Amino acid sequence: MAAGWFGRRSKAKAMESVPEGIATKCGGCGEIVFAKDLDRNMQVCLKCGHHHRLSARARLAITVDEESLVEYDRDLAPSDPLAFPDYVAKQSAAEAKSGLRDAMVTGVATIDGAPVSIGAADFAFMGGSMGSVVGEKVARAMERGIEKRLPVVIFSASGGARMQEGLVALMQMAKTSAAAARLQAAGLPFISVLTDPTTGGVFASYASLGDLILAEPGAIVGFAGRRVGNQDLGTHLPANFQTSEFQLDHGMVDRIVPRKDMRPTLAYLLSFLSPEETHGR
Amino acid sequence: MAVSAFEFEKPIAELEELLSALKAPEKRAEAEAQGIDLDEAIATLEGQLRQAMRQVYGHLTPWEKTLMARHKDRPYSLDMIRLIFDDYMEMSGDRLCANDEAIVAGFAHLAGKPLAVTGQQKGRDLKERQRRNFGSARAEGFRKALRVAQLAARFGKPVVSFVDTAGAAADLRAEQHGVSEAIARNLAAFSVLPVPTVAVVIGEGGSGGAIALGVADRVLMLEHAIYSVIAPEGCAAILWHDKAKAAEAADALRLTAQNALELGLIDEVVAEPLGGAHRDPAAAAAAVREALERHLAEIGAMDRQELLDRRYKRLRSFGVFGAVAPDAEAPAEGE
Ligand SMILES: [Zn+2]
Repeated sequence: MAAGWFGRRSKAKAMESVPEGIATKCGGCGEIVFAKDLDRNMQVCLKCGHHHRLSARARLAITVDEESLVEYDRDLAPSDPLAFPDYVAKQSAAEAKSGLRDAMVTGVATIDGAPVSIGAADFAFMGGSMGSVVGEKVARAMERGIEKRLPVVIFSASGGARMQEGLVALMQMAKTSAAAARLQAAGLPFISVLTDPTTGGVFASYASLGDLILAEPGAIVGFAGRRVGNQDLGTHLPANFQTSEFQLDHGMVDRIVPRKDMRPTLAYLLSFLSPEETHGR
Repeated sequence: MAVSAFEFEKPIAELEELLSALKAPEKRAEAEAQGIDLDEAIATLEGQLRQAMRQVYGHLTPWEKTLMARHKDRPYSLDMIRLIFDDYMEMSGDRLCANDEAIVAGFAHLAGKPLAVTGQQKGRDLKERQRRNFGSARAEGFRKALRVAQLAARFGKPVVSFVDTAGAAADLRAEQHGVSEAIARNLAAFSVLPVPTVAVVIGEGGSGGAIALGVADRVLMLEHAIYSVIAPEGCAAILWHDKAKAAEAADALRLTAQNALELGLIDEVVAEPLGGAHRDPAAAAAAVREALERHLAEIGAMDRQELLDRRYKRLRSFGVFGAVAPDAEAPAEGE
């Protein structure tokens, strides 16, 4: 449940933090690919189509209309409620690595002109794990949807609940899910987008509560880590176990959407989920 | 009562063994022959035993509490249900594909008042444990619990949940049937269930599988129960690549009932009989019953909308933040 298992390691850096390398080994095909090529193609491998991870800011940049994002709660910062070993040091290292105070960026923006309350997780900050700040930002994004009568779109990329915040982190599952329930009761839609990886306590809370659930191809999506499953059971697992494709096969995901199609797909779906436009009125 | 002893219980077990030997009838004759006052010796030893028990059980480490919470003789959900309620009738199935016996759900009366009850059930012997998947539910179990809870809500009956699981199942079938979705659905649905709800962590509160039955107006924990985002063994494996350091991980995770109360995440710690719930399940159940009646009376008297608003406020209050610097660029919240 807790984030400790981070799935497949990808050496790819997000768009804006590439300069340190001019080339990188693709986690999909193993070929050496140029960073410039990845940059030009939304961090999707030109050779094999492997979707490399994106930072939260890069994600928002390719998703929302230019200049439309108004970020909220930017400085909401983590604490150390349990005085957990090395947590404060990990926070500093994660902040240096990601340029963020915690693993979620939220705000209000437009997608092809349609206003949304939006959020994107950042795996570079402690594996995108959900502690108090991520939980609070997700809950506020839902509540902002209710206040401003906006659909909510959240991109997840998380190993699960943040172990270093213990039970406080586990409670974020309940908090975000309760906020999602309120959003639904208020008649507003929630589109959940699962990106690599979405597992554990995030997949088992708000991320699975989308009225519609989209996923990027090849993303690790599942309850427990695949390694845990293998160890505990020794059973033969299907090759695509705990991927977007597996979850689609089992009815947990509406569509698998390649990165280049995500923005138009969201725009199309949002037009259906708008309360204003109905027939016969 | 023969109770299996942990390492930290050894001094107690030794005293108990000594006492039971002294109480044997042949010892009395032996003592009389030697002019020893056996009754006085027994009384002294019993005093020492009580003192040792207070010492040991009053100062359990988080890891020792973890062992207590997982004790094989600890009262499980069905024991609590049998001991607390006037009656109980179990219901089965998720109406989709299966009846997951890792979770029990049904109807009962508490002091004559009807309610719904649900909980994870670990199983006592190996056969039952396998049938119940050691209390690790799959989607089917969480969906059964929700079905019964929502039915109860339609008829205005409160819902009581007993939490006792190492965690939800993480196997192929669990994943195929959407265990994550089922947990998430329960979290959302229990947050808006329009009747009074109480959850009691009676043993092991293991991460997502536990909280799936843990969203309620009042959350109680037994004195030696634990509630954690991850098992101490798993935490130790991640932190120190060494499962043997589980005791240190248990400290770090602050997973005891007392920790949860200090963190403001639960409402009450229910005292266990000296030596733990497994030494006197009836007394443990009586304490839980008293707490349940008290909390249900309080929240049962509340206006339903107020109840739901308070439940949401409670969930929204969970979270601890660092210093928040004023943000010049972003508009203030609520604009
Ligand atoms: Zn490639």
